[in-house]
Amino acid sequence: MSKWTIELDRGTCIGTGMCTATAPDHFRLEGGTSTPVNETVDEDEAVVDAAESCPMEAILVRSADGTVLAPQV
Amino acid sequence: MEIRSYPFTELDDLELHPAYLELQRDEPVARVRLPFGGDGWLATRYEDVKTVLADPRFSRAAVMEPGADVPRTLPTMPTESNILSMDPPDHTRLRRLVAKAFTARRTEQLRERAQEIVDGLLDEMEAQGPPADLVEALAMPLPITIICEMLGVPYEDRGKFRAWSEAAVAITAFTPEEIIAANESLRAYIGGLVERKRAEPADDMLSVLVAAHDNEDRLSTQELESFGVALLVAGHETTANQIGNFVYQLLRNPDRLGELRADPSLVPAAIEELLRITPLGGSAGFPRIATAEVELSGVTIKPGDAVFVNNVAANRDPSVFENPNELDFHREHNPHIMFGHGAHHCIGAPLARMELQVAIGTLLKRFPLLRLDGDVTFKKGRLIRGPQALSVRW
Repeated sequence: MSKWTIELDRGTCIGTGMCTATAPDHFRLEGGTSTPVNETVDEDEAVVDAAESCPMEAILVRSADGTVLAPQV
Repeated sequence: MEIRSYPFTELDDLELHPAYLELQRDEPVARVRLPFGGDGWLATRYEDVKTVLADPRFSRAAVMEPGADVPRTLPTMPTESNILSMDPPDHTRLRRLVAKAFTARRTEQLRERAQEIVDGLLDEMEAQGPPADLVEALAMPLPITIICEMLGVPYEDRGKFRAWSEAAVAITAFTPEEIIAANESLRAYIGGLVERKRAEPADDMLSVLVAAHDNEDRLSTQELESFGVALLVAGHETTANQIGNFVYQLLRNPDRLGELRADPSLVPAAIEELLRITPLGGSAGFPRIATAEVELSGVTIKPGDAVFVNNVAANRDPSVFENPNELDFHREHNPHIMFGHGAHHCIGAPLARMELQVAIGTLLKRFPLLRLDGDVTFKKGRLIRGPQALSVRW
């Protein structure tokens, strides 16, 4: 299984808790903004769900070759 | 432990019932008894409220389980699920279908259109001359026009769906039969529109949902119709009432109003602060059911227990907000949870912020002498509070 990477723009994040509720295994809130539990993860659709559900589009998910998987613009 | 009757008596003015802040200080997780379905908990501290709203150990969907008898204000349990009574991953599946249209980026692209609508409405108000009812002149038509355009709902139907929507967000303002009938009318109305979009798809959200149902099987007919109803009702009731609530509070607070008039760049911060402090919710809606044992402020919540939260009380938690009961447009950090938290964080939050900024900012700029014309009566017995009418002169 290939690995995905999660980038989180903490300057854009407003701490809605969407991602922590959508993918609780992958995100946690720290000091009011979200942070990925691990920046490199096994493929998991929940991570894409979280990125697509973020109203600020603050989460970027990339495949192993760097292609952006989410969010779709 | 004392069991309190809930919801608390509604106040006449736009104020938070003092019991909330007393409980927050003395009994942050209190036992409450609802008119039907027995007892539950009420959480009022910021951190506890966020936990209940976002921790997966609290479920909304459990409310819909067969035989569930959840503390509530209506005699009957809801029979129809909608987006607000779902948990991830079902909730995520539905929400993702429209989430893109509501991002901060996409919403910003609608600012120009919102400005055009507000300019037109205020032109009309000015032309008719004082006094004017701001609810009808501005607060209602702005969000209704925008959500109609986004969803693909004909604006000329607003008379019909406004009446149903009013009853649908009632707690005691209408009879249980009227509330149920209003929800059924909204469902049937959206069902009719769905048929029209199916025959003639357009560039709107209902057409997107119809295609997701017909071509990709991503949601059921029931989910499609109830989601359409939720977007239409939540898309205007909240912002419309908040425009009235915000204008009312500003016009009664000459110091803050003067500050805002002197420096219009404060408008976004002022909107956040008004969002934080305004008791929009009549409350006692949307309980969460614990699915595991959870401790909140030293109280053990057992699996199956229902927990209510009050966001406005949380927004006045002194451990998070300095001088929490003061309207302060210069807060450096304002992490209010007026839009909720977690999976059900208001999907329309960026849209509401933008509409409120445009409406309030433009109104103050164009009417430097705006003032209240007589007393204001607030709606009662509803999930959402706002002025019945807001008569102003200038």
